[in-house]
Amino acid sequence: MSGLREWIVNRATDLADGGSVCLNGHEYSDIVGMSPYDVYNLPYDIGVKVWESLGGLIAWLINLFVPNNAVSFALISDTATNAMAIVLMVVVIFAIGFVTNLTMIWQERKFLGRQMDRRGTMIGPLGYLQCLGDGLKTFMKENVAPRAIDKKIYWWGVVLVIGTSVLLACMIPLSPRWFIVDYNTGLLLIFAFFALAPFLIMCAGWAQNNKYSLIGGLRAAELMISYEVPMLILFAGTVYMTGSFNIGDIITWQEEHIWLIVPQIVGFFVCLVCAIAESERVPFDLSEAEAELVEGWQTEYAGMKWGLIMLGDYFRGFVACALVNIMFLGGWSMPIINEFDWYYQYFPELFFVLKTCFVFIFFITARGALPRVRTDQIVNVGWKVLMPLAVINLVITILIKWIWDYGGVF
Amino acid sequence: MADEQKIESPSYDDIISLIGSKFGDKVKFRQSTKKNVRSINEKRRIFMDADREVILDLAYFLRDKLNFEQASMVTGVDWVDHMQVVYHITNYFNSITVEIVVNIPADDLHVASVAPVWGGANWHERETYELFGIIFDGHPKLERLLTPKSYEFFPFRKSYKLRGSQ
Amino acid sequence: MAQEKMNADKMWLTMGPQHPFSHGLWTLRAQVDGEIVTDAEPEVGYLHRGWEKECEQRDYQKIIPMADRLCYSASMTWSHLFCKVAEEALDIEVPERAQYLRVVADEICRIQSHLMWLAAVGTDAGNLTIFLWALREREFMLDLNVRLCGQRLTTNYPRIGGVRNDMPYYFERDCLRGIERFEKALWDIVNLTDDSSIFVGRVKGIGYISREECANLGITGPAMRGCGVDYDVRRDDPYDAYGDMDFYVPVYKDGDAYARFRVRIEEMFQSCSIIKQAMKKLESIPKTAPYRLKVPKAIPEGTHMARIEDPRGESVMYLISDGTDRPYRLKVRSPVFVNVSASKRMVQGVRLADIPTVMAMIDMCLGETDR
Repeated sequence: MSGLREWIVNRATDLADGGSVCLNGHEYSDIVGMSPYDVYNLPYDIGVKVWESLGGLIAWLINLFVPNNAVSFALISDTATNAMAIVLMVVVIFAIGFVTNLTMIWQERKFLGRQMDRRGTMIGPLGYLQCLGDGLKTFMKENVAPRAIDKKIYWWGVVLVIGTSVLLACMIPLSPRWFIVDYNTGLLLIFAFFALAPFLIMCAGWAQNNKYSLIGGLRAAELMISYEVPMLILFAGTVYMTGSFNIGDIITWQEEHIWLIVPQIVGFFVCLVCAIAESERVPFDLSEAEAELVEGWQTEYAGMKWGLIMLGDYFRGFVACALVNIMFLGGWSMPIINEFDWYYQYFPELFFVLKTCFVFIFFITARGALPRVRTDQIVNVGWKVLMPLAVINLVITILIKWIWDYGGVF
Repeated sequence: MADEQKIESPSYDDIISLIGSKFGDKVKFRQSTKKNVRSINEKRRIFMDADREVILDLAYFLRDKLNFEQASMVTGVDWVDHMQVVYHITNYFNSITVEIVVNIPADDLHVASVAPVWGGANWHERETYELFGIIFDGHPKLERLLTPKSYEFFPFRKSYKLRGSQ
Repeated sequence: MAQEKMNADKMWLTMGPQHPFSHGLWTLRAQVDGEIVTDAEPEVGYLHRGWEKECEQRDYQKIIPMADRLCYSASMTWSHLFCKVAEEALDIEVPERAQYLRVVADEICRIQSHLMWLAAVGTDAGNLTIFLWALREREFMLDLNVRLCGQRLTTNYPRIGGVRNDMPYYFERDCLRGIERFEKALWDIVNLTDDSSIFVGRVKGIGYISREECANLGITGPAMRGCGVDYDVRRDDPYDAYGDMDFYVPVYKDGDAYARFRVRIEEMFQSCSIIKQAMKKLESIPKTAPYRLKVPKAIPEGTHMARIEDPRGESVMYLISDGTDRPYRLKVRSPVFVNVSASKRMVQGVRLADIPTVMAMIDMCLGETDR
């Protein structure tokens, strides 16, 4: 049994033994008995509660007119509750990811505004609702596509770019109880999906029958080969240190020992740079360099397609920040306050998101302070600076781990 | 011009005497009557009329011998009975500007191009060609630049009347 | 139709007329081999409105506001140039007070034009902070324009024989305060650009042009001084009060985009110094001194040529007057017109991503290019 499960089951058993209940007043055993998970899952719990109210209401209403009908019983049966809870769980996880994403867009626009000596967004409370307004505006646009395109790849390309971005954002666990699947290779899978996007961008850029988008798409591929490698070497360091691919285990290890930023400070900064490049944000947004390539690979995507691509970009930014958070800043663990019971009862998701937003501040500052780098420079920096640093980081990690295991220092 | 040494910063009198001895009566100098203009008082302007035949030789002479590095502008003027091409050539070291006026008969609008001599004259000659119809022989790419390619008239000629003009 | 064999290695990329890098309407057709630009062909003319022909229909006084419209960010120097050529035709010197006022207005115009350029460099390099900071500073310069001339952009300030009005009250104080503030604020922007290794890496070593080639292609202004040609009309062929001014002409021999960038930045500091000197001189000239001469409407027959240092380079006007109150022919030499014709040479061999940064150093202004 992996560390996370052990931890969560122990904690749940403790709570159950003490006669206490989980969030929303559920007995822990009730949930586990029905759910596909063998540990407590908060979104699933919310799904069960919502369906118990909603499905129960519908069943009751039908029952008023047709007493003792089969449909009402089916609606409140365990099978239906389980199935609908899973659907609602997905909705809840996506909604939270979406709201986090909107918050990060708002955060970027406000921070960037202050850096540029202007106000940023001003609609709604603190300008928060501007994103919704923009979304509505792009949604109202006509769905235009050029005639001379490769239709299949044009549409599938953009759908898959957005789809993988959203999927990635949903795959990030926010706490020991907030995840879709508690897979043992979580980090590996996230990296795999992350690396998929440049390929899709290249295809989508090519399919548009536009020279700018073709160059933009090929630049995305160029970018990928120079930044994927250092990132994966850093990833190897993290995994070697913690001994697991499971995100929960990585964070539990960091909680028990030390945040990985301390032994791997070099890797942390390399990872920040790589994360910006991975999410294709401003100093490294070569594939959509608007000065020379109009809008890069998105040139022919108009209206809501473009809006969703932008949203997907921010989802990827969120994932990149979350990866930095998970690999170096201890994810949802907090140094002192996680000793208290109430921390894991109420706050871990919130602190995870807050720490992720904190990492995002670095992204925003980089965008505000730096001009876009050139294609040759980006490859130069990737291979000649970040790659050796990542290797140095790996060597340091191995040494520390060796001392840890055999030196008996700790 | 290989045997002649380039004079980096020829003086006002040198320019006049050198051009005078080289081109004789093909080039005529004009004196300005202005009293209060500073650049003329301080001898930074030379005005001359040149024959159409010698303009290319004059251009090479100015560039290679007298170090006039830049063609500030090439202008066309329509005098109805004939046309003029006016060149302004500058030396960067003493900032003397030479104004060369070349008269072209209206029935033969040809003049040698100085674009091979000074790259800066390239677009000016194209512009003069499209607006006045003066043909610069030897120009690398004599096409319309500012006006649409489909124009078949020359809008800056005096014969082309604007709407509302007398 | 001739069948042309397709070149599979190289691709023609039409950048413009509506493209983020072309600040204005023009087209750069670039032939790219992957990312490397192998050939280029600039195309202008989208804004051609027959300015010179229009002038032949107008009184000399009515041309001054038209000259403002030649370039929105260098309007003062253009109307100044037109007044210069008309004064040369009339063979008059403007009063001393007007000369210094023109210098002040010219240099304010130069600073705001260079700030506009800096903002454009910011967007071309992909950083919006530079853009917004530069435009913020430019706004203070435009405020000075409002105080002195009554207008932000198209100032319509010089007149044939002087300037339209004397300094308003407290302009001296406002101007010196604004300039001192600007000198400090410009350092902030320099820190954001010149001290940033990424920015310097973007502009260094691209768009190289040798001194001889630069002179031959007729490139003028800061782009020329970045190539090592030590020439500035203000110093070497002084007009108005520039002969009395003590300033330094920045020249770099590197010939790349970075040198042109440095030249413009240093020119802004020099302009500040010139404004301070001119304001000091204006203090010593009595307030009652004339600032404008009465001139006749008609200009005697003759050919006249004047040139001044525009923020973008050397601008020349060639006027043929026929004794009436309208010009017979007025030719404008726009510095950008010639500079952009050299873009073919400048962008050869650079990368596609460098095209905006190389062309930004020319500081495009299509109003005066196409006329």
